[in-house]
Amino acid sequence: MTEHNEDFIIEASGLTHYYGPQPAIDNVDFKVRRGEILGFLGPNGAGKTTTMRILTGYMPPTRGKVTIDGMDIVGQSLECRRKIGYLPETVPLHTDMTVKSYLKFMASLRGLGSKQINTKLPDVIETCRLEDYYNTIIGKLSKGYRQRVGIAQAIFHEPEILVLDEPTIGIDPIQVVETRKLIQDIGRQQTVVLSSHILPEVSMVCGRVLIINQGKIVAEDTPTNLAERLQSTQHISLEISKTNVKIQPLLEKIAGVTNIKRTNDREKTSFEITTENDLDIRDNISRIIMENDCSLLSMQMTSMSLEDIFLKLTTSEEL
Amino acid sequence: MRGLRAIILKEIQFFFTSPTGYIVGMIFLLGTGVFFTIDMGSPFPEASLTKFFVGIDFGASTFGGISLILILISPILTMRLISEEQKLGTIELLLTSPVRDWEIILGKFIASFIFLMFMIAMTAYYPILLFIFGDPDPGPIYSGYLGIILYGTLTLSIGLLTSTLTSNQIVAAVVAMGTLLILYFADYASTMVTGFWATLIQELGIKSHFDDFHKGIIDSHDVVYFLTITILFVFLSIRILESRRWR
Repeated sequence: MTEHNEDFIIEASGLTHYYGPQPAIDNVDFKVRRGEILGFLGPNGAGKTTTMRILTGYMPPTRGKVTIDGMDIVGQSLECRRKIGYLPETVPLHTDMTVKSYLKFMASLRGLGSKQINTKLPDVIETCRLEDYYNTIIGKLSKGYRQRVGIAQAIFHEPEILVLDEPTIGIDPIQVVETRKLIQDIGRQQTVVLSSHILPEVSMVCGRVLIINQGKIVAEDTPTNLAERLQSTQHISLEISKTNVKIQPLLEKIAGVTNIKRTNDREKTSFEITTENDLDIRDNISRIIMENDCSLLSMQMTSMSLEDIFLKLTTSEEL
Repeated sequence: MRGLRAIILKEIQFFFTSPTGYIVGMIFLLGTGVFFTIDMGSPFPEASLTKFFVGIDFGASTFGGISLILILISPILTMRLISEEQKLGTIELLLTSPVRDWEIILGKFIASFIFLMFMIAMTAYYPILLFIFGDPDPGPIYSGYLGIILYGTLTLSIGLLTSTLTSNQIVAAVVAMGTLLILYFADYASTMVTGFWATLIQELGIKSHFDDFHKGIIDSHDVVYFLTITILFVFLSIRILESRRWR
């Protein structure tokens, strides 16, 4: 066995998986610390689900290696799978079973005895707020409740690692908030790996983000650090009182300005200025405006949101 | 082993709580009942249950009975076992649970076996009637039932294999029925050729192996045939499920 660092519960190196000639994921490396909430962020088809499926032992990678707590996911699959709770993207459930019998079945499949199951069942039902649907056939539940049943089966056996593939997809906003809260609660004791294409969700819930695109990891950091790293790109929103045709060419001449978007209103003109470096050009801007006999209504500098970073990293062409 | 037990219990629960189990059971009893009634109408009905076991005599061979009905019923019992898991996607949760692939296949196989045994046990009603109102020779009836159990188990294993191969339940059932019918009619086919080929085809067919049992003969080569084919198909199902991971 290779050297294993106790801090990391999941270590993946050189993961590559081919479905056809094109790799779904290509040489992906990452490590997950014990007890952290790690988010995989990427557009659809970026390779998030493939990565999750390899992590959970559903399929082996074409190349590369994953270890869970120092054990190989392919070689010691059974031991690894015991440590994992998994919610696949499509939330597959046995629709002909009741919530109660399904949860009991999944728990016994994960090796829990009937005594343990009966003591834990009320807690899990309460955590996932399924009290009212205890004896309902799963096929009759709405999407949001099915999602809760899916999460309930994943956390029932108190796994060390919880893998959630798009846990908030297709449910209403109130339930999304509840689900996020639930994940954060779980994340206090357990390691959580989740994937999402919703940015605010990841920045809200996760301690660390991996942005994945076209099967490759393009960025890896905490949400705050990621934003800071791209701080060098700035947006300045500007509003001036009246239109002066001379202003735009002058603004464009300022060093570092890459893009200017103008919108004319009845009483005011707004500019969206993007600069490339972290020079503060607000001084230059205000001087230009004064010299041209306009009055400055507002000027605001905004750093890029995670959404912008996401778009910047995952789209090759200019927006 | 907990995983195996969980799967067996879940599947048995399905058979006994879903309409499918009861409808299949009802049709099975109706079909076998028809052949039992025909048996009662033929000369010396108390002697044996020929029509109930192997069907009506057509000169060259017999056709019908519980052996034909099982070919139509078993695939219905087994078609959803793995197909449905693949269709619903629940196979993903099953394969990421700490259960071995053979536990999944074997658990489902054992559950369908138990339900089939339950259905076959229900038909004991006919020989019991015979014992009450007549004086049948018990030997062929006992051996016939042993044969039916072995025969039925084989039909389940073929249904299980086709269910593993496709996510479409209808395809799984139809392919299993087709395969079983070919094996069932191999007996007729063997009469059209001679020599080595005739022996080979006859040995492969499931009917000639079953016929011995209802005559009261428990031949080890028939028992070996049924067990070998059953184990082979269950084993193939396990390998195919395992191969899913590599696709």
